[in-house]
Amino acid sequence: MAEKVLMKGNEAIAEAAIRAGCRHYFGYPITPQTEVAAYMAKRMPKIGGTFLQAESEISAINMVYGVAGTGKRVMTSSSSPGVSLKQEGISYIAGADLPALIVNVQRGGPGLGGIQPSQSDYFQATKGGGHGDYHLIVLTPASVQEMADMTALAFDLADKYRMPAMLLADGTMGQMMEPVELPAENCNTVEKPWAVTGTKMQREHNIINSLYLVPEQLEKTNFDRYEKYKIIEENEVRYESYMMEDAEYCIVAFGIAARVSKNAITALREQGVKVGLIRPITVWPFPVKPIREAAEKVKAFVSVELSMGQMIEDIRLAQECKKPVILCNRAGGMIPSPEQIIETVKNLQGGNE
Amino acid sequence: MKRVNLFCGHYGSGKTNVAINFAYYLKKQGLDVAIADIDIVNPYFRTKDSENELKSAGIDVISLPFANSNVDLPALPPEVYSLVQNRTRAAVFDIGGDDRGAYALGRYAPYILEENDYNMFFVANFCRPLTRTAKEAMEVMKEIEKACGIPFTALVNNSNLGRETTLEGIREWQREAQKLSELSGLPIAMTCAEESLCTDALFPLKLQPTVF
Repeated sequence: MAEKVLMKGNEAIAEAAIRAGCRHYFGYPITPQTEVAAYMAKRMPKIGGTFLQAESEISAINMVYGVAGTGKRVMTSSSSPGVSLKQEGISYIAGADLPALIVNVQRGGPGLGGIQPSQSDYFQATKGGGHGDYHLIVLTPASVQEMADMTALAFDLADKYRMPAMLLADGTMGQMMEPVELPAENCNTVEKPWAVTGTKMQREHNIINSLYLVPEQLEKTNFDRYEKYKIIEENEVRYESYMMEDAEYCIVAFGIAARVSKNAITALREQGVKVGLIRPITVWPFPVKPIREAAEKVKAFVSVELSMGQMIEDIRLAQECKKPVILCNRAGGMIPSPEQIIETVKNLQGGNE
Repeated sequence: MKRVNLFCGHYGSGKTNVAINFAYYLKKQGLDVAIADIDIVNPYFRTKDSENELKSAGIDVISLPFANSNVDLPALPPEVYSLVQNRTRAAVFDIGGDDRGAYALGRYAPYILEENDYNMFFVANFCRPLTRTAKEAMEVMKEIEKACGIPFTALVNNSNLGRETTLEGIREWQREAQKLSELSGLPIAMTCAEESLCTDALFPLKLQPTVF
């Protein structure tokens, strides 16, 4: 076993990215993700990489677009308002079928919102975010260890499917410190024959572009891309099922909300309430199948969120509204307490009996 | 013991927890104590989180006017000057991480150096990824000294792995602290550990509460 170090979630992302072979980071500081940039600023010059603080988020994401076209592992990170600014560039990267990592350490919104943790960019992350028909692979870490592991995974998936991936964390995950076993140096790069690396007079030019002037070509590209998305939905769904075997109530929560939910489940189980958790690890693709299967057994779902019920739609759709979905949330930068979750489940119990 | 106690170090090395506990320690010696939070780098995990406990222990707390609000503004309160100019009270300074955090201390350096009754503690955690070795910690020390203009006078070994800290680990990290002591020529003033782990030789830390 590798030796553990004590890291902030944001630092774990940066170090894991370096170990995954990322040598190009472009960003612009914003609380609560600034440590990613600060760490990169310290480390990149020492290992021959590029850290560049752009003049804006928009510049940063377009620099990512440029490097992604060369096939090199590249990333940017920001927090909610900054990620909104990046949306145009993300859409272009998706439209040009390029792998890249975008990190969103979410804070409260809309607008400038606040600097405390939030999960209210769920719609933006899972439903597109920018213009056009596209998806990102979206991973939601729930510990500092997962911040590191999922950074490496996001690079691998982005390369494998030639599309941008997003690490959707929240301010708590970015700021909290936990012991971490860092992933080994591993750059699982795939062949990238499409990359713009110079023809050396040996092949045709590769062109990186998202513009299609012939409508039929654009349509075919979109249709083909959605065929790829189907494969991802079949093969890349990740989730954790916790105490679901005999559960009568199913909490659905990710990130910090899932951690608090586990504490609530422990307390509820001690009181004889049969409750379990499905923790989506990918929120796109969403774990549709386990939710649909759970709907056959449970009386109701509880969506625990740091947002205004954004995940409820996906939970309802996954099980075609068979069972009710109740919201248990905070939305100002606070975190739902175990007590709040316990009360929500107990109220449900009262209503069902 | 010196009147002014400055706690600097690498980002996330535990400066706030050490500074708060040092303020309690000074208070127990019967001194009139004030603690100033001049961390302009990170808006979270502040001395202010412990404000109520500190105040009920009779310790004065000076913190940034916008601390723990949603306003992420690195403004220093004028009261900090009273701590360097009024030479009758014991003062503890919790300073932001790395050289970036130490710049804020620089503006008070002329008063502190002129009075020359201070300890400048370097708080080290050798489990942090950018200060795993004495050599790496030495680099951070030099950067901080350059940023604030005050040379370090002593080391605080605060090496820990959070909840996974063990006494064996503390003993092992102490060797790295010894190396840093030899490299820098500075004494190790204390080795800290969370209070439940503490033996007589260690400085006990009562940690700030966390949400989970």
